[in-house]
Formats: sequence, structure tokens, C-alpha cells
Amino acid sequence: MTSTPTTSAASAAGDSLGREAWRRLRQNKAAMTSLWLLGAITLACVAGPWLTPWGLADVDWNAFGVAPTLDGGHWLGTDANGRDLLTRTLHGGRVSLSVAVVATLVSLVIGVLYGAVAGYLGGRVDNLMMRFVDILYSLPFMFLVILLMVVFGRNILLIYAAIGAVEWLDMARIVRGQTLALKRREFIEAAHALGVRDRKIVTRHLIPNAIGPVIVYVTLTVPKVILLESFLSFLGLGVQEPLTSWGVLISEGTDMMQTAPWMLLVPSVFLALTLFCLNFLGDGLRDALDPKTR
Amino acid sequence: MLSYAFKRLLQAIPTLLIVITLAFFLMRVAPGGPFDGERALPPDIEANLMAAYHLDEPLPQQYLRYLGDLLQGDFGPSFKYKDFSVTDLIQQGFPVSLEIGGLAILLALALGLPLGVIAALKRNSAVDYAVMGTALAGIAIPNFVVAPLLALVFGVILSWLPAGGWNGGALPNLVLPVLALSIQQIAYIARIMRASMIEVLGSHYIRTARAKGLSERLVVWRHAIRPALLPVVSYLGPAIAGIITGSVVIEQIFGIPGIGRYFVQGALNRDYTLVMGTVVFYGALIVLLNLIVDLLYSALDPQIRYDD
Repeated sequence: MTSTPTTSAASAAGDSLGREAWRRLRQNKAAMTSLWLLGAITLACVAGPWLTPWGLADVDWNAFGVAPTLDGGHWLGTDANGRDLLTRTLHGGRVSLSVAVVATLVSLVIGVLYGAVAGYLGGRVDNLMMRFVDILYSLPFMFLVILLMVVFGRNILLIYAAIGAVEWLDMARIVRGQTLALKRREFIEAAHALGVRDRKIVTRHLIPNAIGPVIVYVTLTVPKVILLESFLSFLGLGVQEPLTSWGVLISEGTDMMQTAPWMLLVPSVFLALTLFCLNFLGDGLRDALDPKTR
Repeated sequence: MLSYAFKRLLQAIPTLLIVITLAFFLMRVAPGGPFDGERALPPDIEANLMAAYHLDEPLPQQYLRYLGDLLQGDFGPSFKYKDFSVTDLIQQGFPVSLEIGGLAILLALALGLPLGVIAALKRNSAVDYAVMGTALAGIAIPNFVVAPLLALVFGVILSWLPAGGWNGGALPNLVLPVLALSIQQIAYIARIMRASMIEVLGSHYIRTARAKGLSERLVVWRHAIRPALLPVVSYLGPAIAGIITGSVVIEQIFGIPGIGRYFVQGALNRDYTLVMGTVVFYGALIVLLNLIVDLLYSALDPQIRYDD
């Protein structure tokens, strides 16, 4: 009877699973750099708009379409209407990141509940629930989201809900698979045999072992969600004025790229950098939380 | 095999029915109708029009009629393009979208597969790191960023190629949109191919093939490539869906008159019938292509039998 590397490593060192994973993550330079960069971007987007001398819609009448410059106060230039691009990009980041957090949470809640119920009940119910997921998988969801935006109007709450409702399928599959696999593992059986109560088995053994893939998948969902929102906004179907998001700014930049390429480049760099970091962090977390896959 | 194909076709029906039903009832709750113009129509004329389009019938009857019309390939009239039916617009746009999308998937395979194989064969070398690093960039940078950047560099700054427009599908107009559409898929395919190639090269029968003295070239070409292709084939379904979704924004950026642009214009103009029609069309297309991919997969993998 061999126990999993995770449990043996944890019990040998007397460390919790979380601390063990954190130690491994810290050794991963790419993942740690990504973590710091993401923190910096988030901090800049949350606090930045209060620090810049300009507001989201403030027009600088002396600076229409000014290229990035250190003197004059517009570090990243202005758009054709004389609005400070740095301020607008940070504001857009707030919207993009808030969509990322809320929509991911929505998908997490639906997916974990659905998957855990299917996996725990098993049998015919599980079969039926997963067949339903299969059907949903083959739907052109992107188009249904756009359809929803058209019919019900553009609204940030709808974006949160619609994107979250689209992205839960993978999560449900992962959680169901985890629950099914863990239910009949030896260490669960051993716990049963030792007389550990059901609730304690769930909290002490099931959840800590299932949570790794879930966390990894969350970090992979976040960039997808950001991308989806930017995609909608780029097409003019996402957030509306006066709100802005990276997708909206990229779309505006595309229209102006011949005369003002920085309008395209600045939000693009922010978006790509964020997506880059999330990908690296996801990979790093996968390695840290699940040493078996290495 | 045939019965499996038939079974899968039957399974596609509920999926399509869900799409169509959603589309139909969303269309009914949507505000506005086909005859909302700047001027209100006289009531009796409006009643006649409603009758002509069967909008005066009870909802279940309309639903069945919509289904029946769809079976005959009739998506109904467009709300905004008054002289065209949605079917006309789809028929106009589809060949264009098909050309772009088909070329993009071919390009993705033609570049992604060899890159993946080379990276796997030269594992942990500078070549491998270069390919995988570029692939990571290709995945992280979305196509609606890549496309304008390509247009900016090759269309505006260097002016080697047109930055947009269709021009009847002339080759120079095709290059940038097809490239922009395929970059992400090239990256994914290269990564998948590399991983599966590494796994196959580590398996026992490859060791046997080497042990009996086959040349490295024979080992790779005769024994390794075919099984390594399987994960790529199963990725083709998502890849096609990604290219179809991507074509929506690529057509918009480059001003290409395909279905994707009609879809976006329809969405922005609240042309409900056009949006619904394209969603149903895309749904059917994705379901059908997934079916083809699955059958291809079973043809490539002799271990899979579809007896049940």
C-alpha cells in the first residue's frame, strides 16, 4: 500500500499541503515573477486611477493625440479626444480584472457544486448530469453570449453572469473526476477503517486533495474570462461608455493605429502581459500542487 | 463504424434543438420587430404584414414553422437588410469565411506539426526553447491584438501587403487575415504535438524499433509520428471552433465580407433574425465538424472500436 507522494511528503516534513506547495512554487522563478507582476498590475489598476492627475473622461484641451512623453504629464500619451491613456488603461484594467474575478467565481461555484454532486451521487444521476454537460460542450457558447448581449442589452452584470455561466463546464468535469477518483482511494478507505467520521474525511482528506486541480483550473479560467470579455468589448458588445475595458481600448486603438499607434500598443501590452503572467502562474501552480504530473 | 457515425448524428440532434430553441425564444423576448421603422405603419397594413410572416399565429405553431423552415434551409427574413433573407446573407458570406478558415486550419497544421516534432526531437535544446517560447507568446496574445499589429507592421509601416479589404479574395489580401487567424492554433498544435511526440518516443515499442537497428528516420516516420498525431486530431474540434470564433473578429478587423462580419454587424444593429440565423448556422457547423473529427480519430486509431 503506497500513499501518494503529496501525503507522504506532507506527513514526513510535518508540513501542510499548502505550505509544501508554496515552497515548491517559490522555487519556480517564472511563476514567482508572474505573481509579482500580476500583483503590481492589480495594484496599479486599483490604486492608480486615484493617483493620476486626470479622470477617466477628463479632456486635456492642450493635448489631443499626444504620443507618450515624460514631460507634460501624459506618460503614455493621450487619445484623439485628449484623454490620458494611462488613466484610461488603468480604469479599463479595473473592469477587465473585476470581470475576471467575478465571472471566475460564478463559474467556480456552479462548476464545483455541479461536479461534486454528480461525482458524489454517481450512477444514473451522474450519467445524466454528465451527458447534459457533453451536450452543452458542443454548443457555440461564444455566439450564445453575444446573442444574450444583443437581446438583453449591454450591461456589466450580464457580462459577469453570462461569461461565468459559460466557463463552468470544465470545472464541473474536473471536480466530478476528482470526487469519483478520491472516493475509492486507499487512504480514504483507511480513514473509514480507522473510524474517522464522514465530515472529517471530507474536510481533511477529500477537499485538500481535490482542491489542487481546482486552483490550477481557476488560474487557467481567469485568462480565458479576461479574453472573452475583451473579445466582446472589442466587437463593441461589452461594457459601454463611460466605462471602458482593455478590449474597448484595443478596439479604439485599432481604429487609430495609423496616426496614433500607442493607443493600440499600451492596452495591448497590459492585456498580453496579464495573460502571459496568468499562464505562467497556472503552470507553476500545477507543478507545485501536483508533483505527480512532473 | 457506420453505426457509430449514425449514432453520433442522432446525438447531434438534441444539441442542435437546444440551440434552435434558445435562439427562437430569445428572438421572441427581444424588444422590437421586423417592421419597426422610423414611421409607424397603419394598423391594418401591419396586421397584413404580421399575417404574411405568420407572426399572428400562436407561439408553438410559429416555433414548429421555424423548425420546418430551418429544415429547408430557410432562416427567415433579415430585419435590417430589407431585401435579403438571412439565408441569402449566409450564402454570400459562407464561401468567404470557409476560404479564410480552411486556409487557416491548413496553415496551422502545416506549421504546427513540424514545429512540434522538431521541438520534441531536439528536446531541451535552444531550438526547443525558441519554439516553445514563441508558442507561449502565440497563446497569450489574443488574435484581436495580433491582427491589428500585423496590419500595422506589414500593411502600414512596411506596406508589403494590403492592411485590409477583400478584393475578390486576391492572394495578397488573404495573407494577413489567414496568418492572424492561425497563429494561436499553430502555437497550440505545436505544443500538443511536442508533448505527445515526447511521450511516444519514450515508449517501449520505440525502444524495440531502435533495438532492432532501424534508422532514426524510420523510427520517427514509420513508428512515432502516426500515434503521436492522435492528440492533435482530438484537438482539431476545439481548434475549428476557435478558428470559427476568431474569424468573427478577424473579418471585422480586415473588412472581409464573410459570415462573421454579418454576425457582428447584425449584433450591433440588433438585427435579431440575422444573429439568430448565424448562431444556428454556426452551431450546426461546429456539431458537424466535431462529428467529422471524431470519425477521423477512429480511423487513425485502430485501438478504438465503436461496436456499441
